[in-house]
Amino acid sequence: MTEPLLEARDLWVPRRKHWALDVPRLAVFPGETLTVIGPNGAGKSTLLAVLAALLPPKRGQVRFRGKPVDFRRSLPYRRHIAVVLQQPYLLRGTVADNVALGLRLHGFPPKEREARARRWMARLGILDLARQSARQLSGGQAQRVALARALALEPQILFLDEPFQALDAPTRTRLLDELHSLLRETGITAVYVTHDLNEGLALAHRVAVLMNGRIQQVGTPDQILTMPVNPAVARLAGVETLLPARVLEAENGLLYLESHGLRLMALGRARPGDRVLVALRPEILALWPPQAQPRSSARNRIPARVVEVWPQGALVKVVLQGPQGMRLVARVTRLAAEDLSLEPGRKVLVTFKASAAWAVPDAPEES
Amino acid sequence: MDVLWRGFVEALRLLLEGDPEVWAIVARSLRISGLATLLSVLLGLPLGTWLALRHPRGRRVWLSAVYTGMALPPVVVGLFLALLFWRSGPLGFLGWMYTPRIMVLAQTLLALPMVVGLTVSALQSQDPRLQWQLLGLGASHWQMVLLLWREARLLLLAAVMAGFGSAISEVGASLMVGGNLRDHTRVLTTAVVLETRRGHFAQAIALGLILLGLAFLVNATLTFVQQQDVES
Repeated sequence: MTEPLLEARDLWVPRRKHWALDVPRLAVFPGETLTVIGPNGAGKSTLLAVLAALLPPKRGQVRFRGKPVDFRRSLPYRRHIAVVLQQPYLLRGTVADNVALGLRLHGFPPKEREARARRWMARLGILDLARQSARQLSGGQAQRVALARALALEPQILFLDEPFQALDAPTRTRLLDELHSLLRETGITAVYVTHDLNEGLALAHRVAVLMNGRIQQVGTPDQILTMPVNPAVARLAGVETLLPARVLEAENGLLYLESHGLRLMALGRARPGDRVLVALRPEILALWPPQAQPRSSARNRIPARVVEVWPQGALVKVVLQGPQGMRLVARVTRLAAEDLSLEPGRKVLVTFKASAAWAVPDAPEES
Repeated sequence: MDVLWRGFVEALRLLLEGDPEVWAIVARSLRISGLATLLSVLLGLPLGTWLALRHPRGRRVWLSAVYTGMALPPVVVGLFLALLFWRSGPLGFLGWMYTPRIMVLAQTLLALPMVVGLTVSALQSQDPRLQWQLLGLGASHWQMVLLLWREARLLLLAAVMAGFGSAISEVGASLMVGGNLRDHTRVLTTAVVLETRRGHFAQAIALGLILLGLAFLVNATLTFVQQQDVES
């Protein structure tokens, strides 16, 4: 198995009175993009700062290429990495001066500095701004300069802390696409911190979900989306329906469940008698007319009544009520909503595949 | 009004005629206050930076002391130094009393809190994450400090200006420890006091105007540099 390029072991960083970053282990492998996703205040930026040796942990180790990083003399390690933060933090001077800043700090000779800075300015599409004052740029341009400044160092690990958060949506999407291509082309190992699920999933080879200072789950984007380990991760991953259920039978990962008087099927790791929550993403729920006999492999069928219809951009959010107070949330296209004449009070049939439903343990959540 | 006008005319005459004593006093004032400003910057800039960036233990107490020092009465500094450097005082053996050296020391002590306090304010007005950004690009701690100074240079220049202002305008300490000795420790402020006591108001006003002009010239030069930087 490949050795991790960077590894955190038993990290503990007190931040506030009843809050601490507590990470027993987190590994970053060469060439991968690991995104750390979590809500605001989860400790993502603190984790990034510790991994980049900008903040010493109270306890624990960060290991780079198998050797512990000395936080008192972190310069040799910091010369292998580069950091891009939420704000671009451009200094006085021209765009070219700023792109070459890291190279100057590293002591590169002027000719190489200039050549590298030009190369990366061209790659980020800001070469025509080279002589412009860095203080007169738009948000998107400034963040391109910050990216070029970090990438010009050709770091072994690139740390990014929500670099596009302050940008407008189209600029953010464009920069995200470009960053994705850059990371895949260069093979630079990256740690990307964000609270935005879509942003994190778009870039990641692997995702670490951080909540209340603790890593909840590490896995591929698919695993996070389809197999969340607990209700909190499920909610963060976009699940809007969590049905309380009791496991009746378990067979090779397929669970037969009882929920609100109905028999349902879902995937999961549980034993008969266990209490679980069935996580249903809104896009997996299909809506049909009440008497329909859909030719679908979906084995779960629930009669329901529409409670609320709420257009949200290109999709329509539909809140439904099933038997015994069961609450379901679906998202359908506007066209489908029109075809079904969805409106409050309308009866529908809800179906979903067992393979798209995941049962998570119904454990009390941490506050 | 007549006294003021005569003072102004006298100042012009003293300057135009090139009165050697006046020019010697001006040169001495600049030398002593310039040196005191330089020393206060050399000490105050690192000290202020340390307080702003390192968060040492008892930082709030240190800062309170610094901010109190910004309003330090010159006569208190003069009294303290006089007690130390008096012939029978603990440092009396140095023989600094009534020399320009002790005047430099007194003015340094007065300008130092000004430079430290304004350096702390200047660096603390920066986003603390700028430090992370610089370190995250591979800056050593020294490189980071130099870049932070460079970014805060307008405010740091204001600290230098304030330091020079407090040095050149103080009179209490210079008078107490310098003694206002002719051709030795007489500077513009002490000369103004002397001429006023003698009843030579025109002379005093003339020296006062020179002092004012001098302070204006130095500060105008620094302001020019500062504003040029803002506009660029």
